[in-house]
Amino acid sequence: MAKPKVATASLAGCFGCHMSILDIDDRILKLAELVEFHKSPINDIKKFSERCLVGIIEGGCCNEENVHVLQDFRKNCDLLISLGDCATMGGLPAMRNHVPLEECLAEAYLHGPTVHNPAKQIPNDPEIPLILDKVYPLHEVVKIDLHLPGCPPPADAIWEVLVALLNNKPIDLKYGLLRYD
Amino acid sequence: MTTTTTDLKRITIEPVTRVEGHGKVSLLLDRQNKVRQARFHIVEFRGFERFAQGRPYWEMPVLVQRLCGICPVSHHLAAAKAIDMLVGVDADKLTPTGEKMRRLMHYGQFYQSHALHFFHLASPDLLFGFDADPQVRNVLGVAAKFPDLAVQAVLMRRYGQEVILRTAGKKIHGTGAIPGGINKNLSIQERDELKKDAPKMLEWAVAGLELCKKFTREHLSDLADFGSFPSNHLSIVRKDGALDLYDGNLRAIDSEGKKIFDQVAPKDYLSVIREEVRPWSYMKFPFIKDLGPEKGWYRVGPLARLNTCDFIDTPVAEKERQEFKALTQGKPNNITMAYHWARLIELVHAIEKIQLLLDDPDLQGTNLVAKGTFRGEGVGIVEAPRGTLFHHYKADKNDQITMANLIVSTTNNNEPMNAAVRKVAEQFFDGREVTEGLLNRIEVAIRAYDPCLSCATHAMGQMPLIVEALDEAGTVVSRAVKG
Ligand code: SF4
Repeated sequence: MAKPKVATASLAGCFGCHMSILDIDDRILKLAELVEFHKSPINDIKKFSERCLVGIIEGGCCNEENVHVLQDFRKNCDLLISLGDCATMGGLPAMRNHVPLEECLAEAYLHGPTVHNPAKQIPNDPEIPLILDKVYPLHEVVKIDLHLPGCPPPADAIWEVLVALLNNKPIDLKYGLLRYD
Repeated sequence: MTTTTTDLKRITIEPVTRVEGHGKVSLLLDRQNKVRQARFHIVEFRGFERFAQGRPYWEMPVLVQRLCGICPVSHHLAAAKAIDMLVGVDADKLTPTGEKMRRLMHYGQFYQSHALHFFHLASPDLLFGFDADPQVRNVLGVAAKFPDLAVQAVLMRRYGQEVILRTAGKKIHGTGAIPGGINKNLSIQERDELKKDAPKMLEWAVAGLELCKKFTREHLSDLADFGSFPSNHLSIVRKDGALDLYDGNLRAIDSEGKKIFDQVAPKDYLSVIREEVRPWSYMKFPFIKDLGPEKGWYRVGPLARLNTCDFIDTPVAEKERQEFKALTQGKPNNITMAYHWARLIELVHAIEKIQLLLDDPDLQGTNLVAKGTFRGEGVGIVEAPRGTLFHHYKADKNDQITMANLIVSTTNNNEPMNAAVRKVAEQFFDGREVTEGLLNRIEVAIRAYDPCLSCATHAMGQMPLIVEALDEAGTVVSRAVKG
């Protein structure tokens, strides 16, 4: 039987949640025996070509590209997991939600003490995606099946969730594995 | 993604995978199908500089690391050093336990980050070749074909993470460093656990270095020119010129090794560094102020550090540094692919430093925090795994941040990564077809810088890779999709 496929993506996150996946350490080799990694930043697969059982996403949506990637994941995965505080609640990037976007751009590209910008231009090339007015948690954009909190969620929690899913067992996380930091 | 400017064709590649973050490359061709311009765009934006305002200053070391989970310790420590200065504690006023615990955390970070980069992200290119099938050219491919190496890689990264856990309290986004010091020391039990595996870690680091040296030497004729170009180099160095990853003053040299400036204190960074804004990337382009944006750009990171420092203060790494320097007859090394070699010398240095620190009884000291008089402004600079990292904050008398300015490691390498892309495109693009080989080579060149686009844009993400070449009328003449 073909191995179930897992895809992962990092949207408006810091990659810390992906690092926490790697923190399952040598169990990652075991995981590689149980599942096949499809589209993920750790390999060179850049496009969905097959249906995946699980999609794991860190980070919320802060630009139009994030939204497209997320919709693509929803279309191609049976189960979507919001991994970490950025995905479930917006996290640190969402701290910009109480400040107008123009002020954030102006601070970074016009006012900073090291800025050299004689033309006073703010990046806006067609090659770079449009920034959304606010940073959105994933479940406000598509349906999310599972939320795993933590910044990042502990490696053991990620492991237990995946093992339970792969064995079709209910997920029963110990209290200590659910954290909100 | 395509736009056609009059008489020019535009080709784009996105995303660049196996670099930590989200980037995109576009090539602009002229009528003769020669590469006229190659650009490496950074496509995400965070706005930290603005939304940090109003937050209490002591929050910075824990807040700011959430910009980058690849090397959170670097941000944690750069912010902590800036906040030390802000509360009136100069670098030399930290207690020995405070400084050494932070250093141990930092070397742990170097060890895990350099091991991760080399084994998980770069080694697939070296072990399978630049043109290998993407299905095998990844870390799991390495695991299938070289299982021992894969296990080593996992355990090396874990060791670095264990060091961080015991100094910062958590493997990712810890809380160890606080204004003026640290919030814990190292217990005897923790020390002994870390000491147990250290010799093995040194042995494996040296073996990784040998592997990389062998590869580089065997392919030197191809690699020497691959995406290479002369440039300035910048890092902090210790007062005596030694490599120092945690603390020191700024030094910059040109491509021939002549000093541009030396021993510039962190608090004076504004007198030497500026960043240019260009409309097509969210990442700014830093340069040495007196040289201007055209001539003043520079490289940072392992290669730059081995070029700027006069020596390394640990024996194995120093011997390796001399061998590395001999390759270019003592002159600065400007070979892009030599970043990997330099990175592994630092991997060895990091574990040597960890061993020395673990033998130091100061780590069991109980005087953890130094006190000072509030100044309201501070600059902290560290060498992060990917290069020099600047944090600068101001706070008002309510302890609220009024200004935050960050120049992150990867941003410093913005122009060099663009130069490398340009060079590779000139070398390998035949003017007609965008081949998988070309795409890969562009990625390989970018990957040499180990760019952490996550902190550079304070964001990350990924997209399928689609490359299109368009003619003047905007019609697609060649298209390649990867993945
Ligand atoms: S939840 Fe935390 S670790 Fe995960 S992406 Fe967000 S900031 Fe990073």
